[in-house]
Amino acid sequence: MGTVAALRDETATARTIVLDVPGWPGHLAGQHVDVRLTAEDGYSTERSYSIASAPADGQADRPVVELTVQRLADGEVSPYLTETLAVGYPLELRGPVGGWFVWNPDGPASTGPVLLVAGGSGVVPLMAMIRERAAAGSQAPFRLIYSVRDPSALLYADELARRDRAGDGLQVRYVYTRTAPPGSTEPTGRINAATLASAGWPPDESPAVFVCGPTGFVEAVADLLVRAGHGAGAIKTERFGPSGGKT
Amino acid sequence: MSDYMDGNMLGGSLGELFSMDVTSATVTCVSCGASWAIAQTRVYPHAPGMVARCPDCDAVLLRLVRGPDRAWLDLRGVTSLQVAMPGQ
Repeated sequence: MGTVAALRDETATARTIVLDVPGWPGHLAGQHVDVRLTAEDGYSTERSYSIASAPADGQADRPVVELTVQRLADGEVSPYLTETLAVGYPLELRGPVGGWFVWNPDGPASTGPVLLVAGGSGVVPLMAMIRERAAAGSQAPFRLIYSVRDPSALLYADELARRDRAGDGLQVRYVYTRTAPPGSTEPTGRINAATLASAGWPPDESPAVFVCGPTGFVEAVADLLVRAGHGAGAIKTERFGPSGGKT
Repeated sequence: MSDYMDGNMLGGSLGELFSMDVTSATVTCVSCGASWAIAQTRVYPHAPGMVARCPDCDAVLLRLVRGPDRAWLDLRGVTSLQVAMPGQ
């Protein structure tokens, strides 16, 4: 059980929930929690949300657990989490969960290049990896390709711009599917082979690849990567279903 | 059709039954012999319970149903579950 310590609006429809979770065992970047809501009549439902904060963000005795939740108009859980939930409210959660879609700065091959490909709110677990890289002082070169509908839908826009500008080994490429910001020279559209070739890593660099987004996005990107010569075993994916976010 | 999720979402529910992270475990499909991390399987969460299918041949690998006081894990589509363990 966690308690809401703070709330932060990321966009008009996405909110970060900062949780105080007594006894939290720590987590790896990329893991998620299962959040369970129970109504007064006993009906309960559960959703998975990626952890946005890096394990090393907090102090050893007070780890930070942050979830960023995208509100879905017809959602069953996300409207409550993004509109009703207030500081001090309890939240029933289980986790950390998952050990496959994770990047660990202390793990094997942790200094090699990393390609992150995000569709919409699929950026959340990838942001945890970016934050963990910085918090752990890792030198592993990271490239993020972030596909969003338009600039207003960007999560963590200021922080990503700052980390990108810092020039310490993180490069960010934005791909706008509907509307690009004024002055952008990139055409709008979906991520394609040319995007991956110019903003990703060549296959012979053997990058670790993490792709997260809606199911259709993940499959399209994974197919492009395999066709470009990346080993299927180096590509880790995490999908949202129809109950997840849309780009 | 993209009305499925993936096995990353099974971590919490299977974690109630297993002591280690099962999403990294490798399963081999009875039907076609392909091997996958559980996280890579296609999960249809809207059936009664959750159904994980093989991404290659679409055969059912496993089904998990959670009741109020028990869980059913049906592994009929899996020949083996291979789990990385700490070295001894």
